[in-house]
Amino acid sequence: MTKDIQPQAPGTGFLDYAPAPESRDVVRLRSSYGLFIDGEWVDGHGAPFTTIDPATEERLADIASADDADVALAVAAARRAYDRVWSRMAGGDRGKYLFRIARLIQERARELAVAESLDNGKPIKESRDVDVPLVAAWFFYYAGWADKLDYAGLGANPRPLGVAGQVIPWNFPLLMLAWKIAPALAAGNTVVLKPAETTPLTALLFADICQQADLPAGVVNIVTGAGTTGQALVRAEVDKVAFTGSTAVGREIAKAVAGTRKKVTLELGGKAANIVFDDAPMDQAIEGVVNGIFFNQGHVCCAGSRLLVQESIHDEFIDRLKQRLTTLRVGSPLDKNTDVGAINSAEQLDRIRRLSDLGEAEGAERWSAPCVIPDKGFWFAPTIFTSVSTSSTIAREEIFGPVLSVLTFRTPGEAIAKANNTPYGLSAGIWSDKGSKILAVADRLRAGVVWANTFNRFDPASPFGGYKESGYGREGGRHGLAAYLKAGAR
Amino acid sequence: MNTVAKLAPTARAVAMLGGDADDRALRLHLEGLSRVDAVGLEQRAAGFATRSIKTTSKAAALDTVIRLIDLTTLEGADTPGKVRSLAAKARTPDPSDPTTPRPAALCVYGDLVAVAIDALGGLHGDPDDGRIGVAAVATAFPTGRASLAVKLADTRDAVAAGADEIDMVIDRGAFLAGRYGQVFEEIVAVKEACFRADGSAASLKVILETGELATYDAVRRASWLAILAGADFIKTSTGKVGPAATLPVTLLMLEVVRDWHRLTGERIGVKPAGGIRASKEAIRYLIAVAETVGEAWLTPHLFRFGASSLLNDVLLQRQKLASGHYSGPDYVTID
Repeated sequence: MTKDIQPQAPGTGFLDYAPAPESRDVVRLRSSYGLFIDGEWVDGHGAPFTTIDPATEERLADIASADDADVALAVAAARRAYDRVWSRMAGGDRGKYLFRIARLIQERARELAVAESLDNGKPIKESRDVDVPLVAAWFFYYAGWADKLDYAGLGANPRPLGVAGQVIPWNFPLLMLAWKIAPALAAGNTVVLKPAETTPLTALLFADICQQADLPAGVVNIVTGAGTTGQALVRAEVDKVAFTGSTAVGREIAKAVAGTRKKVTLELGGKAANIVFDDAPMDQAIEGVVNGIFFNQGHVCCAGSRLLVQESIHDEFIDRLKQRLTTLRVGSPLDKNTDVGAINSAEQLDRIRRLSDLGEAEGAERWSAPCVIPDKGFWFAPTIFTSVSTSSTIAREEIFGPVLSVLTFRTPGEAIAKANNTPYGLSAGIWSDKGSKILAVADRLRAGVVWANTFNRFDPASPFGGYKESGYGREGGRHGLAAYLKAGAR
Repeated sequence: MNTVAKLAPTARAVAMLGGDADDRALRLHLEGLSRVDAVGLEQRAAGFATRSIKTTSKAAALDTVIRLIDLTTLEGADTPGKVRSLAAKARTPDPSDPTTPRPAALCVYGDLVAVAIDALGGLHGDPDDGRIGVAAVATAFPTGRASLAVKLADTRDAVAAGADEIDMVIDRGAFLAGRYGQVFEEIVAVKEACFRADGSAASLKVILETGELATYDAVRRASWLAILAGADFIKTSTGKVGPAATLPVTLLMLEVVRDWHRLTGERIGVKPAGGIRASKEAIRYLIAVAETVGEAWLTPHLFRFGASSLLNDVLLQRQKLASGHYSGPDYVTID
């Protein structure tokens, strides 16, 4: 078979698309941001920090840091709003506020997308076409639930839990905010939310949207800060803790709330298997594998980071996959033609480099797409490791970057065994043209979400969550609502 | 089979199939091809539409689109006058800008080939040398419902009149009925009819009429079958059946020629035809070509648009890029 991987030299020809930058002017950032507590902007009492653009390392804004007292203040504000307004309001009226927020998100979609790409490093085509539309969809979906809670599966007149403390990660800053806030508010809870240290901007813009929507003061409070702020929030007088992030932090949270009456949902790490059978539609499977691991620079907890490919098609599949990767465009997140953006932080880049080097040292074969890496900022070329064994570190640990580990299997039984051979269990993918095989395999995979002939697709009506060390509780759909409700008095 | 045995495609097909290219062997071979997931294919095609082609890239793309157009008239009402008018348009696409490139070829019915050649005069020739070729549709276009003898006579007639390229249709009825051997042999026979007395041959485009094949799996099999039988180009549609060219179908055919190239090192052309009217749409096809098979395919010998109204839309966009403002349909000439 002839190999024909000929990366185009940059600066020549049609494929070197001229720059097509999205305008930065659609978002006007303040020089510094405080905390959003009780409907107002207040100063924080921790040491302020700066948030930067990971693509250029330029400062974007100064951000306040909430100390224990600030967090307590926010929780008290949320408690007041819960007792006096939000829990007493008719569901239909709560729904009106949520619909209003959803519409405002759509109206300000371009601004939110640019802010997200600036602060996170993800390509504008993803923030514009995936993140922000899903954020609006989440609010619309749960707005519709607000007056129909009797049908949430907990019997008539279910009750909200009270004040929810929510801590979210940096990979989908605004989308994770929507996953947390929309169901909580629809169910009648009030919230204190802490965005990630490196990506606070869109949450702060969301605070602005809450004001614009005339949301009653204290229903949504945003406290920024580092890990200590999150710890303070978990320990504070909240009724519910919702966390999305690493398994290590999730474990700390589980310990901290053990023995209290606080309810917890944890959405943690993953090491998903993407299983490609020899009867898969090959071109589409390659697209799915690319989307599974290189979407959002691989900063996805449910990323398909382990490719399990049937041994009979391994060589051809990897050959074609590499050829496809040579067409991925790595570069400025604000360029509309960028496919892979910047790594979110220097710290994360170090982790990706360390684990990749370890993969190489342990004997796996490394291949990176030929691409020009900008001088400034945090970047990592899309990378594939072949000859990976199940015992390799890169097949076991979550890398959370654009790095794919390729393993092989011979039979469906072996594929299932290898896919399940991980402490995680968040998601999995199956590629085959045979429907009965897909159903049979999906049935035996221990993962919260199993995608068939697609990957990384989300819908507000579909529950999402993990097995084992990937956490517990479900977000999205009716199940996600149940995480913020308790059965009413009979 | 003796007459066609000397042709490379048949020998190659026999080698690839491990036996005669009969129905059974062809079915085993074609049904062994990887299947197509419709949702995934359409998603990938939709992804090309999100590419943003601006400034210098847009200017280069517009000129490339013009160079790849088969300027087409295929009406029952076609006359020598209409064909001469089309030829004049091809010679001078935009009288206000002499730097405008020319389309690759004129595409007409067989009986008007001589008129087209005469009207092009000294500009008739190879598009690679900046000249304009003449393509003729043949084999009982557009339905292909005639005996093989008639189809071959139709083809020989157009070649004798001087056609540089023959656009044939496959027998969709035979294909859908599983008579792959018949489709194969017809293409091989037409390919042979493309040869001229001096041993040179007209280039053969094989029209699959994807709108009648209906499924992507069938399009992949028909594409592969046509290439096995010796097609120089695979073409989506006649333009007489809807849907005509679509981006997903064209992407799928590009994937087939990419796979064929991996297997044999041979480059086959692709021609989407029918329904492509806007520059923006045409540029998406260029993106699909560049990102699927590579920029090497963006030449008249490997990619064409079968279109008529597309040219004027590209000219309007081209004028807009140069002047900074939109003119209007009265500032481009009709053919």
